[in-house]
Amino acid sequence: MPMFNLFDIAGSGMSAQTLRLNLVASNMANADSVSSSTGETYRSRQPVFAVQLQNAMQENGGSAGVQVLGVVESQSALRMEHAPSHPMANEEGYIFKPNVNVIEEMANMMSASRSYQNNVEVANTAKQLMMQTLRMGQ
Amino acid sequence: MPINFDNAFGIHPQALALQARRSEVLAANLANADTPGYKARDMDFKTALSQVTPQSRSLKTTHSGHMSSNQALMGERLMYRTPLQPSLDGNTVEAQIEHTKFSENALRYQASLQFMTGKITGLRSAIRGD
Repeated sequence: MPMFNLFDIAGSGMSAQTLRLNLVASNMANADSVSSSTGETYRSRQPVFAVQLQNAMQENGGSAGVQVLGVVESQSALRMEHAPSHPMANEEGYIFKPNVNVIEEMANMMSASRSYQNNVEVANTAKQLMMQTLRMGQ
Repeated sequence: MPINFDNAFGIHPQALALQARRSEVLAANLANADTPGYKARDMDFKTALSQVTPQSRSLKTTHSGHMSSNQALMGERLMYRTPLQPSLDGNTVEAQIEHTKFSENALRYQASLQFMTGKITGLRSAIRGD
């Protein structure tokens, strides 16, 4: 029955958006994690979304869900501050702060939660339609 | 006079199957609303329905290697949507449009179901004779 695919598609969207929300939470929580060298500093993490192409090639004519290819760390410059009195300061008196853009992350969070809601609604509608189909003719 | 179920139900079973299929395509669009480079797709329901009505569904599969005409056509019917406001990452999904299309399609599916139920009720009362 083709309608069962709807749950897979909406489910894939929901898990992708959940991962995105998780990464936003992680970025926000670590926005002020200070360290004393560039290597140890937390970097902003972003998911990479892609179409589930293996499903698109199948006989169902190409409706495909979304998959997460991976998580990439932002390579933009870290914030370097001169704070000699800070306990984490290195020999030259610098501390390093993550390259997390909090405003960007907030917008990201709203977009992710809206997309998640869209997918939930699709799944709900699919469930209602299937229930009505099962009751057909009664 | 014998009761022919195919005639009694008319176009509604095919319409239901197509609407179920279309809801899948629209759900895929919504799920990929944030995927870079994804192109939103949809089907032209009128042509799609005219292709699956009984008159045109005459191809027979006489060999195990033959593809059923039904599914082969299904892939070709999908078309790409023209975005009103294209985004920089190549994604052409516009959530509000997909959302309205999805709700509309769900409503049409329910309407088809309702018609089917009406037909079944009619047939049942004809069989029972009460």
